[in-house]
Parts: sequence; C-alpha cells; structure tokens
Amino acid sequence: MANPNLSIFDIAGRAMSAQLVRLSTTASNMANANSVSGTKDGAFRALKPVFQTVGGEKAGTATVKVASVVASNTEPTQRHDPGNPLADKDGNVWEAGVDSAGELVEMMETARQYQNNVQVLQTAKSLTLDTLRMEK
Amino acid sequence: MADDPLFGIHGKALALRSQRMSILASNIANAATPGFKAKDFDFQKALDAASSKAAPVGTASAAESTMGYRVPLQPSLDGNTVELSTEQTLFAENALQYKTTLSFLQGRVSTVLSALKGE
Repeated sequence: MANPNLSIFDIAGRAMSAQLVRLSTTASNMANANSVSGTKDGAFRALKPVFQTVGGEKAGTATVKVASVVASNTEPTQRHDPGNPLADKDGNVWEAGVDSAGELVEMMETARQYQNNVQVLQTAKSLTLDTLRMEK
Repeated sequence: MADDPLFGIHGKALALRSQRMSILASNIANAATPGFKAKDFDFQKALDAASSKAAPVGTASAAESTMGYRVPLQPSLDGNTVELSTEQTLFAENALQYKTTLSFLQGRVSTVLSALKGE
C-alpha cells in the first residue's frame, strides 16, 4: 500500500464497502436459490467474496477489501421434474447450488458487522468533533 | 519535550488514545477476514515510553514498540483472532477514556483562557 497510515474513516468506510459486496453476493445467491437449469454446468452456484486485509504492516492499522468473488463448491442438486421445460432428455433438472439457510445466517452476520463499522464511524466522528470544538 | 508545560501528560495520552482507537477499528473491520490476527498495544507502557524523562520517543513509535497480538479466548478455525465482544468493549472503553482525557485538556485550556481574559 502506498499510504500505510489509514485514518479511522478509511478503515471503517472500506470495511463497510466490503460488507456491502458480501451482502450483494448473498442477495444474488438468495435470488437464484430456486433457479433450475437443464445441465449441471449451467446451474447457478453460490457466489462468495474473498476478504483480504489491506495494510497492517506498520502501526497496526489495517482495513479490509474484497480480493475476488468466487463461485462456491456447493454442488447443484439433481431433481426429477419431467414437466419442466428446461428438463433434459431423462426429465431431470439441476437446482442451483445454494445453501439457503447458510445464506440467511451470512446475511445476519453481514448486517451485524456492517452495523459495528457504522458504530465505530459514529464514535470516531463525535470524538473528532469534540476535539475540534475543544475550547467550548 | 517530556513535560509539556500546558497540557502535561494529557496531550500524549490523547494521541495514544486516538491511535489505539484506529487499531481497535482495524480489528473490528477485519472481523470476517480469514487469518487476520487482532492487534493491540499496552497503553500504560506506551504512555510511559512516550513520557519518560530519560529517552522520550514519539507516540507512534511508543505504540509500535508495545504492540502485541491478542490472545483469543476461543480460537476459530479460519485463523481469525478477532472476538467482537472483546473488541467492542475495549473500543467503547477507549472512546470513554479519550473523552476523559479530552475533558482534562478542556479544563487546562479554559483555565488559561480565563487567566488571559482576567475575568
């Protein structure tokens, strides 16, 4: 990193952005949870963000970024549904490889960690303002 | 340098409190990063180092020299040692102590101001 001295607003702000990316992947996973496909390769697989620490070598301040978004290795499940227009010649469809319960838990965790960062930001802001208005 | 005539120890204490707030914010920001090791520094030792009469050091290097890794109460499988309950408590405590130090500073400033105004 070019600038090792991260301010508290950088730290919390960038962590909030990373958590938002995580929330977006959860939203797209949930949206696609019930989608089906005629082939195993064509079926949707859950997207997962990969978090990575930014900075941290000097002075101990570090923030976080999303290094990449990868498809998870949750296998799509095969279901026999001959009435489905997408079914293959054997009458099977592939349901998206999404763990709905796991995604819900992830959503809660994301929301809580986002809130934590908002709280950090609010505390830092009010303390900075208190310091600026010191003589009063 | 060691003895600031106006602010005493509180100027350095405020700088160290602010630095500790950044480090605790870093820990909270990385609560979900696999392999991240939570850090913190010993405030008492850092303040001693920064305000020692023999060889005073800057607040940044004082914090750096007393920096250590947090020992987790319950290690997690992904190698992350951030425990939100610990970090949030310490963050709140540190914010309160920052405010306390700030009010000491405010007291000093208002004393000097009232002396200047002669009211």
